[in-house]
Amino acid sequence: MLEEIPLEFLLRHYNYWTSVVLVMIGLYTMIVKKNLIKKLMGLNLVETATFLFYISMGDVEGGVAPIIAHGEHATDVVYINPLPSVLILTAIVVALSTTALALALAIKIYEKYGTLNSERILELM
Amino acid sequence: MSIMFHLPIIVILIPLTAAYLMPLVGYKWKRLCNSFAVVALLLSFLGSIALARLVLTNGPIHYHMAGFKPPWGIELVADYLGAYMCVVISFITLLVALYSKEYITKEVPEPRRPQYYTLFLLLTGSMMGASVTGDLFNLFVCFEILSISSYALVSISGEGKALLAGYKYLLIGAIASSFVLLGIGHLYISAGTLNMADMFVRLPPLYGSWTVLAALALLIVGFSIKTALFPLHVWLPDAYTHAPCSVPVLSTLVIKVGAVAIIRLLFNIFQPSFVMETIPMTAALSWMAAIAIIVASLFAISQTDIKRMLAYSSVCHVAYVILGIGIGTELGLTGGMLHILNHAVTKGCLFLCVGAIIYKTGIRNIRDFGGLGRKMPATMGAFTLAAFSMVGIPPTNGFISKFYLALAAMTAGRGELAVVILLSSLLNAIYFIRIINITYFGIPEEEAEIDEAPLTMVYPIMMLAACCLILGFGAELPLTILRPAAQALLGV
Repeated sequence: MLEEIPLEFLLRHYNYWTSVVLVMIGLYTMIVKKNLIKKLMGLNLVETATFLFYISMGDVEGGVAPIIAHGEHATDVVYINPLPSVLILTAIVVALSTTALALALAIKIYEKYGTLNSERILELM
Repeated sequence: MSIMFHLPIIVILIPLTAAYLMPLVGYKWKRLCNSFAVVALLLSFLGSIALARLVLTNGPIHYHMAGFKPPWGIELVADYLGAYMCVVISFITLLVALYSKEYITKEVPEPRRPQYYTLFLLLTGSMMGASVTGDLFNLFVCFEILSISSYALVSISGEGKALLAGYKYLLIGAIASSFVLLGIGHLYISAGTLNMADMFVRLPPLYGSWTVLAALALLIVGFSIKTALFPLHVWLPDAYTHAPCSVPVLSTLVIKVGAVAIIRLLFNIFQPSFVMETIPMTAALSWMAAIAIIVASLFAISQTDIKRMLAYSSVCHVAYVILGIGIGTELGLTGGMLHILNHAVTKGCLFLCVGAIIYKTGIRNIRDFGGLGRKMPATMGAFTLAAFSMVGIPPTNGFISKFYLALAAMTAGRGELAVVILLSSLLNAIYFIRIINITYFGIPEEEAEIDEAPLTMVYPIMMLAACCLILGFGAELPLTILRPAAQALLGV
């Protein structure tokens, strides 16, 4: 059986909703826009939304960065989870290299066809 | 601990290190690029063989990167399936590297050749990494390295259509990566770990949660795009058609690694009982695969460009692997995993033959193949043998894996899937026999001077064609490692 989710819980986690909405906007952009660069922007939106999702998941309300000063062990401090932030650093590098490759391809495509409109390019092919 | 137990990392690091040194080699000694890549891949292949032997005698090897114990550190798990994939990947890439020496002189411009080999080695190393990793995030990272290097390889020739195909592949593949990343995030929220073995233990109490279900959906869709499962295959035909012929051979391995990721997801991260009984995920996959097999075969029949036809045939044959996973019995999984090797060998042989034909004649349209059987006897002979294997005519290897899959479908009480396999073999026969007919009995329009391709191209082709027969007669060889692999995956 699947669990029931209370409405209040959903409303309190608005940052997750934001990331879902951003993913949808990004996918919509990629499907509808004809310009190759705009499609790439849609892709970047999807990726950024994923980053937001990861960063939200590591955060704890009122938490501080998990750095333990030398010799001090405060027990009443709440630390955030650093792992998702570390993971997303890797994912940012990945997204960056994907974008760099896509832009390099877009430059080459523009040199060959003189346009970035995907329908115009199909006509020229 | 002897050096043998470091093998899981060594086989991955050899191609990756060689990839980082390749620009230097290309800068100083341009002629040595090919030899350097071949030596690196040969070492990696020997290492993989040693690894497979070690795994067969000692059982799966758990390697802790930098000595950190899991679940905190990154773990490499060279289990039966992982070691098997390493051998398959390093074997095929070694032959493609040999083949590339002459072949890319016509397809890739001179200054880009070191880059070609760099991407080639990066792709190889990351494919092996994705097969033996025991950490979910590590799997994502390996998948990104292999995806980005294959986007670049698809468009390496720099022609307009290749660039556009690469761009299309990139956009779709990056969406798949985002889905995979989101899915991993959902699993991490629920289980609090990224280690696959740890997740396998921690997930069962959470099976009722929406988050876990969303993760399963996102990961399946993401990996299905990477695997080119039928409705999500749209990137594949363009990428295969416009890339140099050595790239689709690597790409058939890429889509197989996607299938391995699906196996890992269904059987190593989730429990087999969950994906089979609680949610009928395997049943859904088997139906998807059945539709994919039929539709992709029909698409392949209607093609006139040989590379595009082989591309659709790849969509069809990767669906066989998914079908084996979908049947979900020991026999089905064994057949599916066996088809990973058999299809890689036969489709590799076919693409390399087509590469040799294009290298010599520039012909891509099937109708112009007339008379090639006499002019390029070695290449076309290998092509014919591999085509028979694709159709599944005994004693070739294609027959063995199709037989295993059909038998698995019958014993699992899914007779309709066996009918699909038979029907698809007939459809395969239609489009392959047509080519063989034209090559041997067709009459060329003009008598052009065409002779056999260079030896460095013919040799890998003959090796792969011989493998079609060797793996047909000696199917026990891969099965010795695949039977324990299937048992380990199903937990019996």
